[in-house]
Amino acid sequence: MYSSYQEIRKALQKKEVRVKEIVEYYLRKIEETKHLNAYLEVYAEEALSRADEIDKKLQAGKAGNLAGMVITHKDVICYENHRLQASSKILDGFVAQFTAPSLQRMLDADVIVIGRVNCDEFAMGGSNENSAFGVVRNNIDPTRVPGGSSGGSAVSVSADTCLISLGSDTGGSVRQPAAFTGIVGFKPTYSRISRYGLIAYASSFDTIGVLAKNVEDTALVMEYLAGKDEYDATVSQKPVPPYSQLLEIPTHQLKIGYIKEVLETEAVQKEIKEAVWRKIEQFRADGHEVIPVDFPLYEYALPTYYILTTAEASTNLSRYDGVRYGYRSPNAVDVETLYKRTRSEGFGPEVKRRIMLGTFVLSASYYDAYFTKAQKVRRIIRDEMLKLLNNLDFLITPTTPTTAFEIGKYNEENVLELYYADILTVTPSLCGLPAISIPIGLDEKNLPIGLQVTAKYFEEASLLAFAKYAMQN
Amino acid sequence: MDKSVIEKYELVVGLEVHAQMLTKSKAFSSEANEYGALPNTNVSVITLAHPGTLPKANRKAVEYAVKMGLACNCSITEYNIYDRKNYFYPDLPKGYQITQDKTPICRGGYIDIKTKSGRRSRIRLNRIHMEEDAGKSLHLEGETETLVDLNRAGVPLIEIVTEPDIRYPEEAYAFLTEIRRLVRYLEICDGNMEEGSLRCDANISVRLKGSKELGRKVEVKNMNSITNVQRAIEREMLRQIEIIEKGGTIASETRMYDAVNNQTYSLRTKEALNDYRYFPEPDLPPIIITEEYLREVRAMMPPLPNELFIKFTSEFGLPEYDAGVLTDKKEIALYFLEICKLTQNYKAASNWVMGPIKSYLNELTMEIKEFPLKPSQIVELIELVEQGKISFAICSQRLFPAFIENPNTTALALAEKMNLIQVSDTSFIKPIIEEVLANWAEKVEAYKKGNKNLLGLFMGEVMKKGKGKVDPKVATKLIQEMLDA
Repeated sequence: MYSSYQEIRKALQKKEVRVKEIVEYYLRKIEETKHLNAYLEVYAEEALSRADEIDKKLQAGKAGNLAGMVITHKDVICYENHRLQASSKILDGFVAQFTAPSLQRMLDADVIVIGRVNCDEFAMGGSNENSAFGVVRNNIDPTRVPGGSSGGSAVSVSADTCLISLGSDTGGSVRQPAAFTGIVGFKPTYSRISRYGLIAYASSFDTIGVLAKNVEDTALVMEYLAGKDEYDATVSQKPVPPYSQLLEIPTHQLKIGYIKEVLETEAVQKEIKEAVWRKIEQFRADGHEVIPVDFPLYEYALPTYYILTTAEASTNLSRYDGVRYGYRSPNAVDVETLYKRTRSEGFGPEVKRRIMLGTFVLSASYYDAYFTKAQKVRRIIRDEMLKLLNNLDFLITPTTPTTAFEIGKYNEENVLELYYADILTVTPSLCGLPAISIPIGLDEKNLPIGLQVTAKYFEEASLLAFAKYAMQN
Repeated sequence: MDKSVIEKYELVVGLEVHAQMLTKSKAFSSEANEYGALPNTNVSVITLAHPGTLPKANRKAVEYAVKMGLACNCSITEYNIYDRKNYFYPDLPKGYQITQDKTPICRGGYIDIKTKSGRRSRIRLNRIHMEEDAGKSLHLEGETETLVDLNRAGVPLIEIVTEPDIRYPEEAYAFLTEIRRLVRYLEICDGNMEEGSLRCDANISVRLKGSKELGRKVEVKNMNSITNVQRAIEREMLRQIEIIEKGGTIASETRMYDAVNNQTYSLRTKEALNDYRYFPEPDLPPIIITEEYLREVRAMMPPLPNELFIKFTSEFGLPEYDAGVLTDKKEIALYFLEICKLTQNYKAASNWVMGPIKSYLNELTMEIKEFPLKPSQIVELIELVEQGKISFAICSQRLFPAFIENPNTTALALAEKMNLIQVSDTSFIKPIIEEVLANWAEKVEAYKKGNKNLLGLFMGEVMKKGKGKVDPKVATKLIQEMLDA
């Protein structure tokens, strides 16, 4: 119905529509697209009554700045008195007792949360096939995956069942599904948004991210999500720029780098490379300098990422033991079986695989060979990447090596190939850099293609402005 | 066991002491840190390890750890990271304990001790690090289920780890006594072993004297008093010697001490080493201890017991016994120090504090901070005695209790009001002596015949009749004069 919040705001101002009608529209769309399995829970009644309240506030001229914005939250972001279970059986029946402060700031500006959306279990996966509640289908082609782990988020926006979705990105979980469903996916600098209220997967990588139809909405929402928070000791104290007002098309000449190897390798789908080349030509035609750069460490990014994230995950997920909340095995007879059976029955296979991998790399005999080494490599990759970016305004790559693949294509036998799909998104995550995926065309099967743009630390404002420019034409 | 057998062996003990920090809130969350609350009432979503929660470091706990390190002569680590120690237990909500592995906040250092039998030694510290406490598992008699109370989970701790320098059980006693005194001086822990706010585990081994190699060590836990630590070490030492004497070997294991039967029993063997998968805590930024911060903390430090001990013995010239008693509790030591700012008569000050004041406090189980007399008022008493206006006996037995009841007056005014001021005026004393000598005419004869011991009798009678007011020096002189006349 509306392709941007700007349109909604105007329509509300002109009284062409009421917030309640917007919510009713989205509820109908949710119903129509039920087969996509994007939603784990729809807050229909609650959203309608909140819409009524906000309509009254609008009439009284007292509505918040995001009145009329309807969003979904990934099943890893806490919303007080709402269920939360990271698409896992192990959190059966769990109800969040507080709201993530980032989401709270949006609620305070009169956002309406219409539902909790599906994802890969504990945000581990790139296809949304690892959910305890079943795969999410891509709305562009329901035989294909929507990407992951924020698959439900991407589909909820792409299928027009809400305007914005809050996802989380550890190694590409916002950018990759955005690319697969033809929308914008934004991962800010690590620590830009408080992680309080975000279920931890890999703490030194995790960030809340935004999935939206356009850059303007992304920028606007970031103004609310970002900023200091007393509950997260690692969150940045830097002031938050008014991103949405800083989106002017860059007038000076920009220096943009692309990694030569990535645009030459057979491993990246031909149409994707072509789409990126077309963009490069467009940037050059507009007077920007676009240069090839070498980044030979690329091949180390993926193993480094999987060693470090699984190590962190193995301890972050230790708390799910059935003692205080969530699923507890009815087959437990003593303390040891309480742990073993609860966790064996409660976690899905991919989560178990990563916990075991992480436990292995942290075990005394292998710690230095894997974990310590991976930490060193991470530092080297980050230092090299910063050197590279020092000489550039932005770095561009495709977001993914392929467009959305078929459901069931990857299984236990070829899981490493699925991990390989993360190759282009993990480097910004390893470095903690801000990165965005924007749609730049379609392949021969009409599947969306994403361009990933990476910027320097805390340069969200210029990154968003560039992304807006790059999406035009 | 024969003493000569025991004496073939040398005991080697290292201690791990956990002290709960007296912070208002927990180490990484804001709910109250208090002992004795109803189970599971001080439990926030952070303590309960709800998904999405994060820890936040309590700066007060860091300050306390630094204070202890400075008091123990440790070097303080500049760049501190927290680590996760991973293990599963129902009273450990996150499935890991936040602790410090590779960067303990305090390194090295030592504590000098003196045992009851007078042996002095220096116990080196390996490290002091910060961590959080776990909750409590309660296994109720006859119940199959275990109850968990998470009030204690997340309470800040420091763990003090010694080098294996302890050679005698009584050294462990002296060491723990000194640790308890230090934490109380610093007001960072209440030092209560019975309530578990101070806990001690001992790593115990024995070896033949002269041997360079360490014997296999046994960890002994569950000793809930300082005396029990000494007893447990003694007991465990004998157990190990007995095994070795019989040709056996010591198993590396954890044993619990049973104070009722004075025995240790095996809890678990350590053959399968626990792998805690220590891992740098990504949810907490590093704590940087700057020189400036150290200066600030140093400025906040109270005087320490060994500093005061040296001051009291060398500067004030007090006997070591006095200095030991006076520095046992900080509040007493500081009170004494206040008195000494106002009088040079340090020994008299010490006698007053160790004698009448301590007895009074003990009798009423009162703390010095509740004691009604100010140090300056004790100085008034000291000066009255010093000036011969009143005897120490009368002053401590009569004036002191009255002064406590009426602290708003001066000692002199009160003594006058109570008619306790000694009189040295011969015109007052002479008639009393005359009366006494008249009453004891027979004894006077005996004295004159050479029984000089009777002087004491006359003196006593004169003091009695004079109701304590008679200056004894003047009286003695006068009696002698009058008898010899």
